[in-house]
Order: sequence, then structure tokens, then C-alpha cells
Amino acid sequence: MATKKSNTIKLKFDSSRNLAPAPESKSAAKINSRYDLFINGKFEKPSGKKYFDTINPATEEKLSEVAEANEADVNKAVKAARDAYDKVWKKMPAKERAKYIYRIARMVQERAREFSVIETLDGGKPIRESRDFDVPTAANHFFYYAGWADKLEYAFPNRNVEPLGVAGQIIPWNFPLLMAAWKIAPALATGNTVVLKPAETTPLTALKLAEIIEEADLPPGVVNIITGAGATGAAIVNHPDVNKIAFTGSTDVGKIIQRAIANTNKKATLELGGKAANIIFDDAPLDQAVEGVINGIFFNQGHVCCAGSRLYVQESVYKTVLRKLKDRMESLIVGDPMDKNTDIGAINSRSQLEVINKYLKIGQQEGAEMYQTACSIPKKGFFCRPTIFTNVAQSNRIAQEEIFGPVLTIQTFRTDDEVIEKANNTPFGLSAGVWTDKGSKIFNMTTKLRAGVVWANTYNKFDPTSPFGGYKESGYGREGGLHGLNAYVSLV
Amino acid sequence: MATKTIIRKRDINLNGNGTHKDAPEKRLEVLKTYKIYIGGQFPRTESGRYYVASNNRNEKLANVCLCSRKDFRDAMVSARGAFGGWSARAAFNRGQILYRIAEMLEGRKAQFIEELVKQDSTRAQAEAEVNLAIDRLIYYSGWCDKYQQVFSSVNPVASSHFNFSSPEPTGVVAAVAPQCDSLIGLVSVIAPVIAGGNTCVVLASSTKPLCAVTFAEVLNSSDVPGGVVNILTGKVSELISYFADHMDVNATVYCESDSSVQAMLKEKGAANVKRIVLYDKVKWKSEDAQSPYFIYDLQEIKTTWHPIENIGGAKAGY
Repeated sequence: MATKKSNTIKLKFDSSRNLAPAPESKSAAKINSRYDLFINGKFEKPSGKKYFDTINPATEEKLSEVAEANEADVNKAVKAARDAYDKVWKKMPAKERAKYIYRIARMVQERAREFSVIETLDGGKPIRESRDFDVPTAANHFFYYAGWADKLEYAFPNRNVEPLGVAGQIIPWNFPLLMAAWKIAPALATGNTVVLKPAETTPLTALKLAEIIEEADLPPGVVNIITGAGATGAAIVNHPDVNKIAFTGSTDVGKIIQRAIANTNKKATLELGGKAANIIFDDAPLDQAVEGVINGIFFNQGHVCCAGSRLYVQESVYKTVLRKLKDRMESLIVGDPMDKNTDIGAINSRSQLEVINKYLKIGQQEGAEMYQTACSIPKKGFFCRPTIFTNVAQSNRIAQEEIFGPVLTIQTFRTDDEVIEKANNTPFGLSAGVWTDKGSKIFNMTTKLRAGVVWANTYNKFDPTSPFGGYKESGYGREGGLHGLNAYVSLV
Repeated sequence: MATKTIIRKRDINLNGNGTHKDAPEKRLEVLKTYKIYIGGQFPRTESGRYYVASNNRNEKLANVCLCSRKDFRDAMVSARGAFGGWSARAAFNRGQILYRIAEMLEGRKAQFIEELVKQDSTRAQAEAEVNLAIDRLIYYSGWCDKYQQVFSSVNPVASSHFNFSSPEPTGVVAAVAPQCDSLIGLVSVIAPVIAGGNTCVVLASSTKPLCAVTFAEVLNSSDVPGGVVNILTGKVSELISYFADHMDVNATVYCESDSSVQAMLKEKGAANVKRIVLYDKVKWKSEDAQSPYFIYDLQEIKTTWHPIENIGGAKAGY
């Protein structure tokens, strides 16, 4: 790294600042050697008798094997959900429904440590994040929506609220347990029953959740959790007796789903990709802004649909911001996700690492300048150094396409109008960030940025009460908060 | 009137021998050319094509523009161009403009009634339809600065942040107006779209297009900025696929129950994840055809976060 002498204080990295390892114990996590499908309140063997491995992306070791659900299994799960809907769930008094969901929330909290460890082992995210963010937020989500179950008439003025029926839910691998909570909690609160499919690389916490659901005595069939890959998901989407599809994942798959259900009356909510602009003005508190940029793009290895992957810096502070950013990046610890000091864990899968590496090549070929920190990364497992690209053009693929990794592009701007134009110049519209000390400028920006979530002087914050979802090709519908109820009801 | 082509011979009172009865006092009526409405202008279709609108009695009513794909695209450019300004208008101002549309419509009531009667309504039906359209505009005028409050929330997040969610317009809406009626369907579709700050391209009823063109004239004299509403006439079957696959359309509204068209819209609309809004069960002349939920259907919810400083121990405990 060729750094020039500067008068400002900066962190020194030439001294040895290796922290002693602080690994979380694996003993808290009980992982079975094999998991079956959770259908109609019990674990059942898959009718195709096929299982696939789920590995720890940090070590490439096999953790367990899980059942692959075929069409017959999907039929069974949907049938169980339909029966539970008709015979039990839709007739149950709302306050009783609420108590089941509260019970699930409590049990997730009780077993929080176990969930955190398994989430990190199966998905590669730092234990600090699964412990402090994923698992508590998932429990809170159940707790929040439980309370809505018997209060729905207050959510939609002048309308009667009815459930849709059976919800087919397909969730991604970046926040496995949290996404399950985002999907299941509002669906149950509004009186629907569920068939949920976790991602094939991260099925374990959803299956643990199935154990809790069994333990919580939820009526059989109200929640069914089945594992598999794309074909299983397609079978859920195409099943004629599913009334609603809720999908979180890539924009490409979202479009396939919209096409697949075009000829049906299925309702859909799609939570798709993003390419968020994170904008720093020259009057921003720069140290805080740099923290926000780090959190925006390196949180969860950048496997975040709302990641702040396009940084726009006002020209006058560009050099300072770039220096501070590089300094801060040097202090990031990449490695064992189970270590409590780790900032950036493992990339979720080999295939995702290949995607990221492909984009690193594309970026360089396009003429952008790549910078990676000098940190060491483990020999085994899937890892990627924190990466930034400078000298990026708006039309570069790395500035237009979602990379879904710890890769940031940096561009500059001069005026407010210019950066609004650049920030909105994308087919996506999920999120955005603004850093400035001036309140009136914040509101000008937050109003004009065409995105569903705008963070001002903060980034990547989530809460069960806060609606989340995109504009344009980032999908439709909201999850979280009062507005999240809308996805699971029909108003009459 | 028993004349066959009423626009050519209407009101020309002839004697038996073919000469004008009161020749010096009679004048030849000026006939109206029914054009389309794009960007605040009244061009003819670029295609130069037309079709003949007629009624149940087989009377020719007008030569109407048979719009093309290019007209649709031109209208889209206008609608997109007008979106920034219209969505940034004060909600109060949008309310005033919608009220102004109602005022203008009230003033031209007689003309709309005449057109509806030509298009097979009884006089009583026609009058009721125009009255309802005026009242509906006033209804949505009132909503312009209220739906935000109904559909917004301040969210009590657990961290030290101020967090709120409020609706914003989806963008450019392409709508096929209900085909069964000439005025009320059109107004019922346009009003919630523009009340919510969207701009739109609307295809009028192809069998009853007269009121749509005349309504464009009302819009044009109501302080509605050019491009906010663009009205095309033509064949639904010819144009509908562009409503689905144009990449700058954010949402498409379709009011008929043709399931193959509905499926086509959703399928092609996936190219840019369009919001496809189907109103096939709405009875446009009923009270149920108006509510703030029609506005909400074409809104996006934006959530904004900002930290709250939390240092020092002072509490507002006075």
C-alpha cells in the first residue's frame, strides 16, 4: 500500500495487532446427521429418498444432510397446509393464534445461542452478527406480529380483513432464520398457513425452527418446512392450491416467478435485488460516514440485498474519504466466522464466490481500479477480501449489476442534482443512504431517491416495526410493520 | 334524430325541394375532430389511421384516431417527463387541480351528456353518469392531501432512531380504461392515479371514445400540466401488449375480465417487475368504485431512518 505522509492521525498497521482467537463453542449446537421434511407437524422422509449435503462454507466440512422434496412432497405439504387452514387455523380465535406466535418467539429467544451457532456454521456469517442481529431480530419479528393477530381491524380502515389461504414462501441464504421469521410471522398472524422452503445452502436453522414449531404444539400443517433446490421452489410456485407466493431472492428468479404465476390468481410479494447508492456530502461527519459505508457493504460479507454497494462521494472530500475508508478497511478481520472478533466471515458458497470473483475480473477489464486489503484469509473455505473499485463509470457492469459480495464501487459527484440522477440511474430501487449534517438536504435527498428504504446518517438498520421492500425491479410488497400485513390479506 | 350519418347532416334543416328553409339565418355546424392527447397537445395519431366510432343504431359518430405503438411511446415520454414535476407538487396543489377538473367538467356538462346520449345512453343515464364523474373527481380531490396520513406510520423501532413510512407514487402508470362506458370508467381510473402523484397514459374505451377526447379538453383547461394525463384512442387488442412490455411503465391497470390478457400483462410485465393492477370486478357506477385504496394500489411505501442522539441523561419528564 503506497500511503503518503499526512498530518492527520491515522491508525497504524505496521505494529502487530493480532488478536488472540476467541472462538464461540460449537457445543451449544445440536445438529442431527440427517434432517427430513417437516410436513403436517412431523418430520417425514422424502418420497424420492434423496438427501443433499449442507456444508460449513468456512471449512467446507459437511454439517448434515437434508431431504430433497420432490413434487409429491410439495403436494403433501400443500395439502397439509390447506387442511390446517380449512379445519383449524382460519376458525381459531385470533387471540389464540396470537398466543401460538408469541410462544414461538419465546422459544426462539430461549434457544438463541443454539440458533446463532448453527446459523454461523451453516451460512458463514460472523457469530457476532448471528448472535446480535439475526437471531434476536427473528424472535422480535414473531413477537411483533403475534400482537397483530387480534388487532387487524385497526390496520385497514373501513375494510374487513380476510386471510388468503395457503402461502408458499421461498427464502434466500443470506439471513436464513430471519427471513423465515419475516415470512412466517405475518402469514400466521393474518390467519394463513404456510409451506416454506429455505435455501439449499442454509437449511439448518429453518429446520431447527420446525423443531420449535413442533414443540410449541402449533396445530399440524399450519407451518410446513420443506427443503430442496430450485425444482422444489418451482413446485411450490406452480402448485394450483397455493394462494400466495412470497419470495425473497434475486431479481432474475423474481421475474421467473411473476411469469410462472401469470395465468393464476395467486397474489405475490417479491423482495428482490438491489444496488443501493450510499451518498456522502462534504458536510457529513466523515468518520461516522465511513463507519456507515463499512457497515453498508461489508455487513454479512455484502450478502445483503440492500447493501450500500455504490458509494458516491462529493468531490471535495473524496481524497479524505478514500483514505479513511482504506484505513478502516485495513482493520477488518476476515476469517473464522465462529471467532467473536471476526468482522467478515465466509462467502456463503463456492458458487457465490465464483460470481464475486467473476465481477472482480469484469471490473478490472472495464478499466476500474481494484483495491483489496492486505489481510490474510484462511486457506480452506470460501473467503473474499474486502474490495473497493475506484475510477468507475456509471455504465460499468460493476456499478449496474448486483454482485452480492464485499465489493464496493466508488464514484464522485459535485451537485445534489447530479448525485440524485446517478443514484436513481438503475433498474433497482431497494435502498439508499445519505450522509450530511444538514437536515434540509437529508429530506431533499430522502424524498427524491427512488428506493423503499432510505437511511440517513445510518445504514443497514432493521426492525420488525419498520416496513422493508423495493421500488421498480427490486420487487413489490412490504415486509415488516403495519404495511407488511397487507401482503397476506384480502380486503373486502 | 333519424338521419343516418348524424355528424354530417345533423341540424341541417332542409325543405322538401332541397333548399334551406330559412337560408340566411342557418349556418353550417362546425364538426369536431376527435384527436388524441399527448403532452398537453392534441395531435392526430402519427400513423394517420382512423376508425369509425358508431352507436347501436349504426350511426356514425366520428372518425377516431387509431393509435399506434409510436403514439404510445410518445405518450410514455411525455408521462415520464411530467412525473418529476407532478409528484413534487404540493399535495394541496394537486387537490386544487383535481377540483378544477371537476369545475371544468361541471361547466361542460351539456356537451358530455350529448355525447353520452349519442353513445346509446338515455338522457337520464347520461346526466347521472356526468354527475357521478364530477362528484368522483371532487372525492379524489379531497384525498390528495389525506391518503398520506391514512397510509403512513411512525414506526417505534427498538433502536435509537426516528423511523417513518409514507406512500410515494409508483411512477408512470399505463391504464386501459373500462371499455363499457365512456366517461365514468375513464375518470374513475385516472383520478386516483393522478391524485397519488403518478402520471399516466390511458387508452380510452374503443367503442365509446367520444367523452375521453372531450375529457382531455377539460384536463387541458384545468391547470393539469401537460404530460400528466395522456389519452389515446384505438384498439385495445392492438396496443395492449405495449402496456405490458414497455420498459418505462411502472404499473399497468387493466379493467376487463379477459383472462388471457390478464395473464399476458403479468407475464410480459415481469420484464421490469411491473405492478399489474386488475380491476375486473369493479362496478364503476357504484360507490364501491371509489376509495383511498385505489390510490394506495399505485403507491410505494418508503421508509426513512435517522439516528436520534442519545447522550446525556435529561429526560422530558416535566
